[in-house]
This record gives sequence, C-alpha cells and structure tokens, in this order.
Amino acid sequence: MKNTISERIADFLKNYPPFNAMETKQLEQLSLEVVIIHKETNSIVFSQNENPHDNFYVVNKGAIALSKAGSSQILDICDEGDVFGLRPLLAHEKYKLEAKAYEETILYAIPIKEFKPLALENKRIGNFLIESFASNTGNPYSIKHRGKLYGVNEEAERYSTNKILDLQPIKYSTDLITCKEGTKIKTIADKMTKYNVSCILVEKDDLPAGIITDKDLRKKVATGLFPISATAKTIMSSPIITYPKELTLAQSQMAMMKSNISHLVLTEDGTTETKAVGILSKHDIMVAVGNNPAVLLRAIKRATDAKRLRGIRHGIMNLLQGYLDQNIPLGLVSKIISELNDASTKQVIQIALSKMEEEPPVKFTWLSMGSQGRAEQLLNTDQDNAIIFEDVSEDRLETTRNYFIKLGESISKMLNTIGFEYCPAEMMASNRSWCHSLTEWKNVTAHWIHNPGPEEILLSSIFFDYNVAFGEKALADELSKSIFDHAHQYPQFFTHLASGALQNPSPSGFFRDFLVEQDGEHKDFFDLKLRVLMPIIDAARVLILSHSIKSINNTAERYEKLAELEPNNKELYLACSYASKALLKFRTRQGLLHNDSGRYIALDQLNKEEKIKLKRTFKTVKEIQSLIEVRFQVKNLLR
Amino acid sequence: MWPFSKKKQLELPDFWWEYDEHFKEKLPDDVKENTFVVLDTETTGFSLTKDRMLCIGALKLKGDSIVVKETFEVYIQQEHYNKESAEIHGILKKSRKNSISELDALKLFLDYAKNHVLVGHHVMFDINMINAALKRNGLPKLKNKTLDTEKLYIRTLLISSVVEQKERYTLDDLAKKFSISRKDRHTALGDAFITAIAFLRTIEKLKPQKIKDLLR
Repeated sequence: MKNTISERIADFLKNYPPFNAMETKQLEQLSLEVVIIHKETNSIVFSQNENPHDNFYVVNKGAIALSKAGSSQILDICDEGDVFGLRPLLAHEKYKLEAKAYEETILYAIPIKEFKPLALENKRIGNFLIESFASNTGNPYSIKHRGKLYGVNEEAERYSTNKILDLQPIKYSTDLITCKEGTKIKTIADKMTKYNVSCILVEKDDLPAGIITDKDLRKKVATGLFPISATAKTIMSSPIITYPKELTLAQSQMAMMKSNISHLVLTEDGTTETKAVGILSKHDIMVAVGNNPAVLLRAIKRATDAKRLRGIRHGIMNLLQGYLDQNIPLGLVSKIISELNDASTKQVIQIALSKMEEEPPVKFTWLSMGSQGRAEQLLNTDQDNAIIFEDVSEDRLETTRNYFIKLGESISKMLNTIGFEYCPAEMMASNRSWCHSLTEWKNVTAHWIHNPGPEEILLSSIFFDYNVAFGEKALADELSKSIFDHAHQYPQFFTHLASGALQNPSPSGFFRDFLVEQDGEHKDFFDLKLRVLMPIIDAARVLILSHSIKSINNTAERYEKLAELEPNNKELYLACSYASKALLKFRTRQGLLHNDSGRYIALDQLNKEEKIKLKRTFKTVKEIQSLIEVRFQVKNLLR
Repeated sequence: MWPFSKKKQLELPDFWWEYDEHFKEKLPDDVKENTFVVLDTETTGFSLTKDRMLCIGALKLKGDSIVVKETFEVYIQQEHYNKESAEIHGILKKSRKNSISELDALKLFLDYAKNHVLVGHHVMFDINMINAALKRNGLPKLKNKTLDTEKLYIRTLLISSVVEQKERYTLDDLAKKFSISRKDRHTALGDAFITAIAFLRTIEKLKPQKIKDLLR
C-alpha cells in the first residue's frame, strides 16, 4: 500500500541513478521500505571499521562528508541524490570511511535486503553498480564524476593523506559553444562574449574540426592579420587534439603541458571521429584544485544558480583552512575571504534580480550588517542584512516596499542555500522592519539615537556596522551623514553606546580562570564571542563613531585608524588591533575544526599555549573598557 | 454524576481499554528514546460541532528516523459535507480512496498512537477535532501529551521587543524557513511530514535532553 510519503520518495529517487533504471512499480515497492533519517550537522552516519548497516543511503537534502577517521581531509562530499555506503554491503566488508553530516541532512536509508534482488534482476542497475565500482567514480552516467557510491579503493587510499584529488575524474563543461567553419569571426567573438567563454569549438558535419580561443583572436585578428569578416576556418587551430572523456585531474594537466595548449576537447572515444562531448579549460582544472582566490572569484561570477555557488563555497572553506594551516597573516586572510563572501552575496543578488518578474521600481542599496559588514565573517555565520530604497511618494510606498521584501526573501533564501544561516532575530531584508526607504531609515536611526534604551543600543550596534554589498552607495552615504548629524546633536548617545559596550560579562573570574557558561545548551563551554570578541568590537565602534568615521568597519582597521588619530593611546589601540585579529583567528580555527560558527569553545580541548594566548587578550579587553568608561563618563549614566 | 460515569465506563469498548492500558507505562526520560506521533487532520471546516474529519495522517518519529512503512493514513466516510473546504483538500465526498467509518478510523488511530506524545502544528485543533469525534462515538478524550511545533519554533527565536516579530507562524512559514518542499501541502500525511521535519529541526536548535524539558 503506497502512501503520500512513499510516493514523494519514489518521485525523488526516480531522478537519480541507479533508481532511474527501475520500473515504477518496483520503485514504489522499494520506497515503502525506506527509513527517513534526519542528521544534525557533524553527526555520524557510520564510522570507519563499523560493521555494515542493513541499509545504504541516498542524500535527499543537505550533504554528507566522507573522510578517514581522525583526519580532517574530506575525501568526498555527497550531495542531493548521491548514493553512499553501498559497496561494503554488497561486498560484506566493513566501512572504510567515516560518513558525517556536513550540514543538516535528510537521508533515505534503503534496506539492502529489498534492493539486492532488484539489482540482480535488472541489468541496467547491475551495470551501473559494476561500472561505478570498477571506475570508482560513483556515477559513470553523470557528468559530475565524483567518488560517490563508495569513495576510494585500495590504490587511492595510499594517497588519501595528501590530495587524492589528482586521481579524481575532473568536471568539465558540457554546454558546448560551437560554430561552423564558415562562421564570420565577428559573429564568433559576439557569441563568445555572450556566453562568457574563452574558446569556441568549430564543427564540421557535427564532428570537431578545430578550435578558436581568445589567444587566436588576439594573435591573428587584433593584430590585423585577418579581418573580422574572415571565416572561422582561416584562424582556427586544426587539427585539434582530442582526449577521451574519462580524464583525471593529473592526466588533463599532463596533456595540456605536453601539447602546450589551454583547452582540451573531449570526445566520445577520444578520437576526432566521434562527437565532441565537452571542453576542459585550464580554468576548470584550477577550480578543481581550488586553491586560488582569483579562480574562485571568477567561478563565483560565472555561477548562475545558488547550487553552483554552494559548491564553490566549499572551495572557499578549503582555502581558508589552507591559509590558517600556513599561518598567513589574518589581516590578509580576512580581506580575501571577505572579498569572496562579498562576491558571493553580489552574485546571489544578481541572480535574484534576474529572477524577479519586474525591474526594481527605484534604486536600492543592499546592506550587510554585523560581522559581514565588518568584513570579519570568515566562517558561514548568520546573515544580517537590510535594504534601503529611494524615497517614493506616499501612495507608492507600500507597493515599492512589497517589491523589495519579495526580493529580500528570495535573496535571503538563496544565501541560506549557499550556507548562511538565517538570522534568529530576523534582522534580514525580508523582514518589514529592515526594509525601508531612505527617509524611513533616517527616522528609525534618529529614533534609536534619541531614545537609547538597551534594545535600541543593541540594534544600533548591529546596524551601524553596515556596509554596502550591492547597489547605490549614495543612499548609504546619505544615511551615514544623517546618523552623524543626529549623534552630534545628542552626544549622550555615545555614552549609552559605550555603556552597551561594557555590558558583556567578564571573561575571567577572580582567580584569572575562565568563566564558562552556567547552563543551557552550551553549559561548561567558553563563550568566545560574547565574553571577549564583542567587548573589543563594541569598543571600536563607539570610539570610531565618536570620531565621525563611517568608512572603516573592520575592527582591527578601526583600531589602527584610532592609533593614528590619538597618538597618546597608540599602544593600547595597536594592542586591541592585534587582539581582535588573534581572537578572530582563534574563532575561525575552532569553527573549522567543529564545522560550526566557532563561538563556543570547549576549554578542555585547548592546549596550554592556546589558553595563555587567549588570556593575554583579556587584559587588553579590560584596558580598553576602562578607557571608554572614563571617556564617555558611563559612570554618570549608571548613577 | 459519579454513579453514571462509572456505568458509562463499563460500556467502553475493548479497544479503548487497550489504549488506556498503554498509559500505565511511563514515557522514557530521554528525548531520543521517545516515539513521537506527528499528526495532521484534514477537516470539512473549523467548527468542532458541525465539521468532520476527512482524513487523519500520522507518522512515527523515533530518534532521528521515520519509518515509511509505519505511517498512518485513513480517509473517513462523510455524512456532513462542506463544499468550500473540499476545494482546499481536493477530497470529495465520494472520493476514490477507500474510506472507512469514523469509529473504525478512531479505533485504528488509538491503536497507532498508544501513549506516545502527539506532535502537530497548531496541534490543539487536531486534538479537539479527534476529541469531538470520540465524543460522538461515546468515547472519552485522548489521554496523550501534546507538543505544538509553532510554540516550539517560537522558543528558538530571540525575544526582542523592538524588532517586529510575527505572532503566528503557519506551517508554510516553517516550511519556508527550513526549506522543506511544500509539494504535499494539504494532504494530511504530507502536512504531517512537513511538521515532522520542522519538529526535528526545531528540537535540534533547542537541544532538550529530557522529555520533560520539551513538555514544559
């Protein structure tokens, strides 16, 4: 008896191999036997050397990371529709890898008992299994050749401590942009520009005849050797060098070096006598290696949907890990990662805009707030954002707002897809209170400044770190000006803001030991963000705002600027700048280690050196706090 | 009234006593050890007296898994019929699906729910609907503990008086927040499934250890 849920499962499975080879009846039967499992981030599905379960797994939503126990190197990530943990079941072996939820994941557990007879009966499923185990590439039918079904075999295992990437099949573009031999060069250049590609394939009778790259256009056309009215045939490189489509990363790199070319044409059987199936560019290889910010940046700009961006963001996290391992200065690291984060946000907004039915009615600005606004967001933390739109007449205000709320919803949903959690306090542009016209924003911020209760101070402290992520910068500048005007009319605001910065609980107790959380979800953990990071960040904000500087948001940079402005406090400010970087690095390391926001730290897992480092920053926190306490006369307020 | 109620109790059918028997057992302390019955009903309308249940859908959640085979979906034969709501659920009076009598549906549901905690979105509506049906069939009210996913979800949000927060969160809001597909919205079991995922995600945020933390 099928039911609504089993129908839904069958509906999902039928899109992915090997299930797409099953008959509807069989699939319906199988779906009934499924167990749906929800896995929290970092929870383990199975561990290395565990005896095989009764089921194998298909990822319905989320992602599963496969790795060797005890190593942080992720060998493979299984995405939607990927099958894993099947081979040990068929081979009666123990699991050779550990499978862990990379993010919140929903799995379909499929009992091998029910699946096996179907696999034996159905030749197409059998072939799929044989091919995937033999080629070890998970899904031989898919263009995304990645080790899915099982991961690595014995041979690959030897390399698993370093990059086994070299032996992994490479992903190449299958959207071939082609032309005929008789096509005019101008048409070709237009086409390449339109599709944003660096090369075009010239076909004759549907078979690959030649290739034209950016280089050919530069060397042969721009130099005046051939006019733009000449045909493709005159400038194409021919005969072309072709390769079979199953190429590993190492093979393709070798091939390019051997022939000194930047593009490989892949055909069905590797000869020019069969149809071309894809083109592999140097760029594709670099993305696969993924250790180059420029490449990642280009990949972000080329992404056309949130899913692709999510994949690229996994690469960004790898990059971050690498930087921290190599001890590259954090100032530089945070700049690069923030650039990439910024670019992802921009791209998401572009995509969202292109999907809206109408153009925006007026100009608008997308503000990133909080850590992203301060360019301190190294890990994927919460998204805090807001929209300012141009003033419109009263009668158009609500329709205009509704447009932007809708846009905000679609953007924040996509940001969520690529890994930025929703803000638990709903400080997002999809919320009516964070989507205002310029005049409304001026009124809201003026209200905060003139009525500085604890809530208003909290909101100001989040909002005033805004940074323009997209759109009209002038709108944000005008708002900043209005904020400073009000703040100077009502200087007591700074006193309140300073008192807000002193509200955070102290990091250490009387005997200089760490104070840990007393209850709740994070009992006995040290709250790095609340107890150390926030006081430093808050102090920097009130100090820099009191100097009427809005252009600097980054905490470390704010202190550097302050050191410049107030030479008599230079030493303290530079210490703060250093501490803020050290703490951010600390948080990022912890976050990468546990795949979370790094906010809470288990003290017993820190070594002596780390503890001393951490404690040293406490002294700086105390000093900067007493400075703002005196300067803004916070004591008067408390009285 | 006492003598009457005693007499009435004697007339209760066996399946009620079997259901009743389960409550002698205490619920396990640990949240992960508990089985939750996530349910949703489709009804002809919102009136407890006039409207009737069309369908009950439920599934069992234990630890982090849902066993598809152990889901519950019954359609109930209709005397009363409300044209407007049929447009929402697409359940017509003479539906092709095999429907059973209200009493049989209740009997099956009691046997399914046992003493487990009942979870639903705006769960009291579903409970009241079932209780009304129980009453019509001369049976006492449900004895299960209940959990409302809307209230649980609100517990995960930060409390702030300045930021405007919604007072009500519909199942659609939750599905959106947790990116759950809303394809099967307005079928009882489909809604129950969405509720179950939302429930899992919510308790992941709240991280309760003991069942009594949840039921507080």
